[in-house]
Amino acid sequence: MDKRKIGTCWLDGCSGCHMSLLDMDEGIVAVLKKADIVFGPLVDAQEWPEGVDVAVIEGAVSSQDDLKLAQTARARSHVVVALGDCAVTGNVPSMRNGIPTRKLLERVYVEGATERPGVPTDGVPALLKRAEPLQAAIKVDVHVPGCPPKPDAILFVLSELLEGREPDLDSKLRFG
Amino acid sequence: MTEKVKVRIDGEVIAATPGQTILEVARANNKYIPALCYMEGLSAVGACRLCMVEVSGVARLLPACTTPVQEGLAVTTSSPHLQSYRKIALELLFAERNHVCAVCVSSGHCELQALAQDHGITHIRYPYNYPRLTVDTTHPRFVLDHNRCVLCSRCVRTCAEIEGAHVWDIAGRGIHSRLVSELQRPWGEATTCTSCGKCVQACPTGAMAEKGWGVEEMTKQPAVLSRLTSMREGR
Repeated sequence: MDKRKIGTCWLDGCSGCHMSLLDMDEGIVAVLKKADIVFGPLVDAQEWPEGVDVAVIEGAVSSQDDLKLAQTARARSHVVVALGDCAVTGNVPSMRNGIPTRKLLERVYVEGATERPGVPTDGVPALLKRAEPLQAAIKVDVHVPGCPPKPDAILFVLSELLEGREPDLDSKLRFG
Repeated sequence: MTEKVKVRIDGEVIAATPGQTILEVARANNKYIPALCYMEGLSAVGACRLCMVEVSGVARLLPACTTPVQEGLAVTTSSPHLQSYRKIALELLFAERNHVCAVCVSSGHCELQALAQDHGITHIRYPYNYPRLTVDTTHPRFVLDHNRCVLCSRCVRTCAEIEGAHVWDIAGRGIHSRLVSELQRPWGEATTCTSCGKCVQACPTGAMAEKGWGVEEMTKQPAVLSRLTSMREGR
């Protein structure tokens, strides 16, 4: 059987979920026997490839770039997993949602700056009005809450999906 | 001794005292009905809608915490129908305000979080409301974070019924409802507050907490408050 393809990415998150992914110890060897990681922070690929079996997405959708990457991943992947509270609920990134974007940026980069005050515009994507959970932007097939989700839970989800089963997370996980 | 009435809970015949509610009878007989706004020792208000049960012969669901038992009552405490409604009620609580478990003092000890886990909630199916809410830090020892409040009113009833101070109330209507201390005065300036901290112990989420705790560090003992009431009974 051909090896399956996994793509991972992080949007507006802290990379903690990816740390948890790596933290599954020898479990990652078992996963890599069945699948290749074809896109992600640790992979050289510049663009999300076609025909990915499982997309694992960490972080909230917070900027234009986040939205574009999420949409590309969705279009080119069979199953999309929202990994961690930011992708599932919006979590910490969404705490800015009550504040208008312009006011937020000025508070941080103008009022809060000691040197060269000014809202950065070059080389950074525009923020969206709100940092939303992944499901507000694209269709999500599996939600894995946790901040971060436990390595065992991630291994369970990946193993089940690679076997073609729908992971039954009922009562195994909690927010936070 | 008062005459007992016979009720059926999930098929089992149970002798109950008239005046007892379905929830009281169920709990006394080790039958689990989820609830958030109910606390033993306080009056019941039926605010959270998690204890809804099916009563045979009644077309609508009834809250177990405010429905008194009567002879021949037959109750179903769990069914796919009830589970789906309880999930909806919980998810709407999460969607209404900003419940960010990852940065909450009560994470791991929170009744709302635990109920979501018990009901197998992995995500919220409704769009989040993201209201902009305040945090009242004016009290020297305690803090009130409206982002985490579910308006269960356990603090309101604890303060009024156990401490006898009645500092808290709920102001506004519907989605604009807010917990207020002493008619909108900041908590720290409330002259009727005795700083006993019972409201904090009664709060099921991290909305009320003692100052100085970090994430996951705040634990509460609402059962102690229930015991206070039972010890005062008959005096």
